[in-house]
Amino acid sequence: MIRRFIPLALFVGVAALLAMGIKQAPRKDLVPSPLIGKHAPNFSLPSLTHPQRRVSTAQLDGHWYLFNVWGTWCISCREEYPELLAIAHSGVIRLIGLDWKDTRAEALAFLSTRGDPYQRIAFDPGGLEAIHWGVYGAPETFLVNPKGIIVYKYIGPITPQAWADDIRPRIPADAAVVGS
Amino acid sequence: MIPELGEFALILALLLSGLQALFGIAGPALKRDRWVAAVTPAVAGQFVMVATAFGCLVTSFVQNDFTVRYVAENSNSQLPLFYRVAGVWGAHAGSLLLWIFLLACWTLAAAFGTRRLPRQFSARVLGVLGSISFGFLLYTLLTSNPFVRLTQPWADGLGLNPLLQDPGLAAHPPMLYIGYVGLSVAFAFACAALLEGKLDREWARWTRPWTTAAWAFLTCGIVLGSWWAYYTLGWGGFWFWDPVENASFMPWLMATALIHSLAVTEKRGLFKSWTVLLAVLGFSLSLIGTFLVRSGILISVHSFAVSPGRGIFLLTFLVIMIGAALTLYAWRAPHLHSEAGFELTARESFLLFNNILLVTACGTVFAGEVAPIISLALGLGKLSVGPQYFNPTFLISMLPLLALLAIGIHARWKRGGLGVQSRTLLLTFAAAAIIGCVTAIGIFGGRGVLAPVGMTLGAWIILSSLLDPIDRLRRRIAIPRAVLGMTLAHIALGIFVFAMTAVQGFTVEHDVALRTGASARAGGYTFQFDGVKPMQGRDYGGSMATVIVSRDGAPVAVMHPAKRTYWVQHTVTTSSAILFHDGSNILVALGQNLGDGRWSMRLQVRPLVSFIWIAALIMAFGGLLAISDRRYRIEQAEADSAVAPLAQGNAP
Repeated sequence: MIRRFIPLALFVGVAALLAMGIKQAPRKDLVPSPLIGKHAPNFSLPSLTHPQRRVSTAQLDGHWYLFNVWGTWCISCREEYPELLAIAHSGVIRLIGLDWKDTRAEALAFLSTRGDPYQRIAFDPGGLEAIHWGVYGAPETFLVNPKGIIVYKYIGPITPQAWADDIRPRIPADAAVVGS
Repeated sequence: MIPELGEFALILALLLSGLQALFGIAGPALKRDRWVAAVTPAVAGQFVMVATAFGCLVTSFVQNDFTVRYVAENSNSQLPLFYRVAGVWGAHAGSLLLWIFLLACWTLAAAFGTRRLPRQFSARVLGVLGSISFGFLLYTLLTSNPFVRLTQPWADGLGLNPLLQDPGLAAHPPMLYIGYVGLSVAFAFACAALLEGKLDREWARWTRPWTTAAWAFLTCGIVLGSWWAYYTLGWGGFWFWDPVENASFMPWLMATALIHSLAVTEKRGLFKSWTVLLAVLGFSLSLIGTFLVRSGILISVHSFAVSPGRGIFLLTFLVIMIGAALTLYAWRAPHLHSEAGFELTARESFLLFNNILLVTACGTVFAGEVAPIISLALGLGKLSVGPQYFNPTFLISMLPLLALLAIGIHARWKRGGLGVQSRTLLLTFAAAAIIGCVTAIGIFGGRGVLAPVGMTLGAWIILSSLLDPIDRLRRRIAIPRAVLGMTLAHIALGIFVFAMTAVQGFTVEHDVALRTGASARAGGYTFQFDGVKPMQGRDYGGSMATVIVSRDGAPVAVMHPAKRTYWVQHTVTTSSAILFHDGSNILVALGQNLGDGRWSMRLQVRPLVSFIWIAALIMAFGGLLAISDRRYRIEQAEADSAVAPLAQGNAP
């Protein structure tokens, strides 16, 4: 009776598959965004730091920038925070933040204690804008070129290694923030 | 102090669950009566320890103890008490502890529920449950300890993920876990029967209520998740075939198949090895689901923080657990003999088809679920499997299932033939076809084939399920709760199919241009545009429209879709008006001012969508009602008489 071994054999196959899957799992950059190569969503949101001002696509076009979706509630965002500060310090590229599903008070308190790497931060308490960007979970970071086209998307906290291997090489020299 | 107490309790629970597994599995095998007798105290002890640990974590959350890393990361002093408690399962480590706590609850319930069953059998059931507990406790302590302290405590916590700050979603994980974990009891019953090498009809009767209970909770959990996705994410769908949704749906399909095959095994002593296999697979799929969610192997809205170490541990554990159960199956299954044959038209045949179709459906979902992993593993690149795959393949197994259900519930056991006149059944079909076609084509104006077919099937299931209770009422025969529960669940399935067909087929989306006073029709509703008023905000100006919604001349509601223009950037945002009416979901969004008093507007009507969730809840209620039937209460005397072995004597 071979038949009785069928479930076991199938399961061994599935388990082998899952084991192979685990090896692949950390390679999150393999997940493409349908937005890559497309124009970044047009938006206009209140600024986090200056509630009376707004942050909008119109102000951003013409420059390379990293669009970083974060929130104070997001633990991985705190993980990548030192790296963001380092990127800001290096002046390689502008950082634009999208403070996602957050409260203003918490976000401002967070920025004042840890420093603010962002040139501008759009405030998206309802989380609607993030849906337009196809955000699954924070942090996610989009690299946008001067024409407003999304060139690359990085999911998960930016580690020094991810910055050096995956993101930095995609940024041309002329993206540097002038005057920093 | 409290976190240390919690951690200590977890360690004790680990030891006790190890003893519970050892005594429960080895005791009966080695014929050590004392070991067998020690199983129940181990269960009780383990429960007390796990409950203590869980209580400690809840206390840490309630008291805002931000010296505990997990609390600091998932709570905040500003959070209301309700969400501080919900924060316990807001992330990986705590939800794992909830998993373990629920398993301990089920184990305790199983110890209580099997107290009148043969002691050896009961010990084996609890032993298997103990080994599952052991694995998960070890996993928690080694990779995901929620009680770890911070070296430098934070002044305040980070707060709970805002997505989870919603009553529906706070309740969704516990409900789902009760279902997931509940399937472990059926799994343990199956393993115990395999260890014992005998499986009789009584076994099926013992197993049935546990399976149905787990299934009902699983149903509720899935419904809560679907409802939350609909109204929070606002994507306008109730099911997205998201990998994690699928992970909960596959065990549900298996459990549904198991409920039906257990019925055959109990009534007729058939399908034994198949039933056992389903019981093993049901829980295996919930373990695999847990793995998929927590290993980060799949990308989904539900993903927890990724950690390869956790994934490898879980995979090892599930390979041991499921591998052992399936090896046991390969060894013992040939000894499980069916007690009788049956005719092709007998109820057994219908339930066999039910099982084949449900398992096929589960298989297609599974294939879609793992296809991206296979594709990645073979280096074929990223593959994403969406509704284009799932919808048609799922339908292929579901359509025949629904048709067979309407007939099958009337089929007699063994000899076959129908319990109702075939003329009556044909009449219900004719009535259902009229209802289906009139609704689909007449009311909704559908043109495709699928909508009338779906609605006819839904209506037929409802009408056909009503035949038996009506007959019993007429003849003044009491309806047992088990039958009533089943009937309710089947009627609910009919409602579900009907509503789902309406949503899929007749969601109406109209873009219209209206003058003040003019009206448009969409999805049976009339929308009268009553003009636009200016509105003024601090940094924006805007327009708010008044739309009077009516149906057949009767007013339904007044809706106010709005549109804001922000001065500085000249950007425009729209805020749509949303309304639930008679189970339908109506959405109105204001568009452009087209000049000369005309405005463009988007009208959306999603008919009957509420009935999808209502039906699923009725289904779960039907399951719970069925369990309360007195036939599942086990008396001492009959349990003793049920011990006679039916397989050839090969008990270890």
